[in-house]
Amino acid sequence: MKIDNNQLLRFTTAGSVDDGKSTLIGRLLYDSKSIFEDQLDAIEATSKRRGHEGVDLALFTDGLKDEREQGITIDVAYRYFTTPKRKFIIADTPGHIQYTRNMVTGASTANAAIILIDARHGVIEQTKRHSFIASLLQIPHILVCVNKMDLVDYSEDRFNQIVEDFEEISSKMLIKDVRYIPISALNGDNVVNRSQNMDWYQGSPLLHILETLHISSDINKVDARFPVQTVLRPQNGEFRDYRGYAGRVASGIYRPGQEIVVLPSGFTSTIKSIDTFKGSIEEAYAPMSVSITLEDDIDIGRGDMIVKKNNLPETTQDLDVMLCWFNNQPAKPRAKYTIQHTSNVQKAIIKEVVYKMDINTYERNKDDKELRMNDICRVKIRTTKPLMTDAYRVNRTTGSIILIDEGTNETVAAGMIV
Amino acid sequence: MSKYYLNYLDELESEAIFVLREVWAQFQNPVILFSGGKDSIVVAHLARKAFFPAKIPFALMHVDTGHNFPETIKFRNDIVEELGARLIVGSVQEAIDDGRVVEEKGKNATRNELQITTLLDAIELNKVDCAIGGGRRDEEKARAKERFFSHRDEFGQWDPKNQRPELWNIFNGNHFQGEHFRVFPISNWTEMDVWNYIARENIKIPSLYFAHEREVVWRSDSWIPKSEYLILEENEKVETKKIRFRTLGDITITGGIESDADTVEKIAAEVSAMRKTERGNRTDDKRSESSMEDRKRQGYF
Repeated sequence: MKIDNNQLLRFTTAGSVDDGKSTLIGRLLYDSKSIFEDQLDAIEATSKRRGHEGVDLALFTDGLKDEREQGITIDVAYRYFTTPKRKFIIADTPGHIQYTRNMVTGASTANAAIILIDARHGVIEQTKRHSFIASLLQIPHILVCVNKMDLVDYSEDRFNQIVEDFEEISSKMLIKDVRYIPISALNGDNVVNRSQNMDWYQGSPLLHILETLHISSDINKVDARFPVQTVLRPQNGEFRDYRGYAGRVASGIYRPGQEIVVLPSGFTSTIKSIDTFKGSIEEAYAPMSVSITLEDDIDIGRGDMIVKKNNLPETTQDLDVMLCWFNNQPAKPRAKYTIQHTSNVQKAIIKEVVYKMDINTYERNKDDKELRMNDICRVKIRTTKPLMTDAYRVNRTTGSIILIDEGTNETVAAGMIV
Repeated sequence: MSKYYLNYLDELESEAIFVLREVWAQFQNPVILFSGGKDSIVVAHLARKAFFPAKIPFALMHVDTGHNFPETIKFRNDIVEELGARLIVGSVQEAIDDGRVVEEKGKNATRNELQITTLLDAIELNKVDCAIGGGRRDEEKARAKERFFSHRDEFGQWDPKNQRPELWNIFNGNHFQGEHFRVFPISNWTEMDVWNYIARENIKIPSLYFAHEREVVWRSDSWIPKSEYLILEENEKVETKKIRFRTLGDITITGGIESDADTVEKIAAEVSAMRKTERGNRTDDKRSESSMEDRKRQGYF
């Protein structure tokens, strides 16, 4: 079979069964022929046992036992489908406010987000919440699907009204690319195939948009950042003196001969080679995993960062962060946490909570300073040793951190550097 | 269009290499769970790429049910020699002989669940703090909820409701003494991706994956190979068919499909046209709606 140059596109969907989210995912998988016979058989059997009429496509996104019993999505589930144009990964997340953390998780790696709006209800609190998360996590492309168009007689006016309402909220946020698609997931209108019921819609069906979204320009190619994961030292045979710095390019482009700086030490050198299993290469860019060798023998280890001489990240112990709290134990004032930033692990304290964000109304609350589960707050963090950071808005990899509770080892928060 | 992007297989490979390097950096004594099946073969191949020109820094751990395809064991030994890696074998037969576990009885008896005890024993005995597996999220609904770095408590149990959130590519492998992690570098691969990758990289796989003539019995909608462990029912008869296997596991429960695909390319073409999931031929997954989830909670692969 031909191995082509198809790209991978990761997108997230947030919502509950009522929005038709599961039906939409089921529809995408079913119409793109990604549901297998035995899966369909199992769903048919379950539909019958539960007394549903016909095959309930939403059951395809069923997960754990508890979720099946309660009929809701709790955790992020990942689904896969491929078309002749692209491979897709769906991060399927719940939509309610008590699962904000799961939505944040699903959004963290997404190239695109589908925001579902029920055509009958229009822009509601949940829409604002999902849009806020998409903008906070800097998802480059937002696809607003106005669903259940069949229930509003496929009305163009209704659709235009919703577009207008959404524009109003999105204008307040950092959202780069928004598209609007009128659909009916249940009937398949404008999901995979163009709808016969909405001649007034000039755009493409959802799947076609997903297949053709231009995502390669979303990668930062300017700021070269290479966090070192580990050092490869074979110490045998022809590679006795080999010392390669293994890592994954976070952004920018690396080439042999480039002058580099190692941070935080500040030592300078020149790239000697960029190696992979298949041999040395002339260029490395995100998200390639490679091994870099340098002309000079300098002390480099995990947590260090190799960057280009004329383009440095900020080296700092003080971070301004939008933090999402994940744990049911609230943050302890002045407590120490382990902070993980790329491969760099240090200790940190939350010095100050500046404000808490109400993600339904976008209001900033400066009085309530307790960090509880699912809260999103602007905080000031101080670390024991410097981190090499960029703003999250320009670099998702070097702009993100997690906090780990030393007492439980749990990941208690995730943050975006402002 | 800019040339600075990776195709999906390169991106999946790069992600897996990143994860394997994180394992090496974060754990003291990691192993690769190696069954001799295509997924663990791909993981071993990726590990070799991740640490080149150094040798692969992980031991291979095989949980041997005692009900093996002879071809798999030979293949396993060849790979271990080629990689120069250490092999750790946990034996289900020994656990049965020692009375650690009791064999299931009856027609559909398998040693599938018994592997859990042997696996956890081997992890404890060898002080393994991270076991790398070839599990993929597309295989099964409980697996769809797995993290790349998946925590196991001191009893080896998975708590799917209390999983650590996993964002971006930041992996938290912190754990207490006695606990361990399961790590799944090819979480985001599908069966099709695995076959395309095997074809692209020319990876050697056991002959069982290719169409061959074999004596088989029709049971639970698939062709179960005849072996010394198979007990025939009255109305069952042994036939010779040209078959191949989509997954390799315990010989008593791994069903084959009729096929003429005798090259990786033909298999990939066949898989892309396939209308059934690969685990559809595994009787272990058919026991109930949540059999995989239940086993995984207890510590299964």
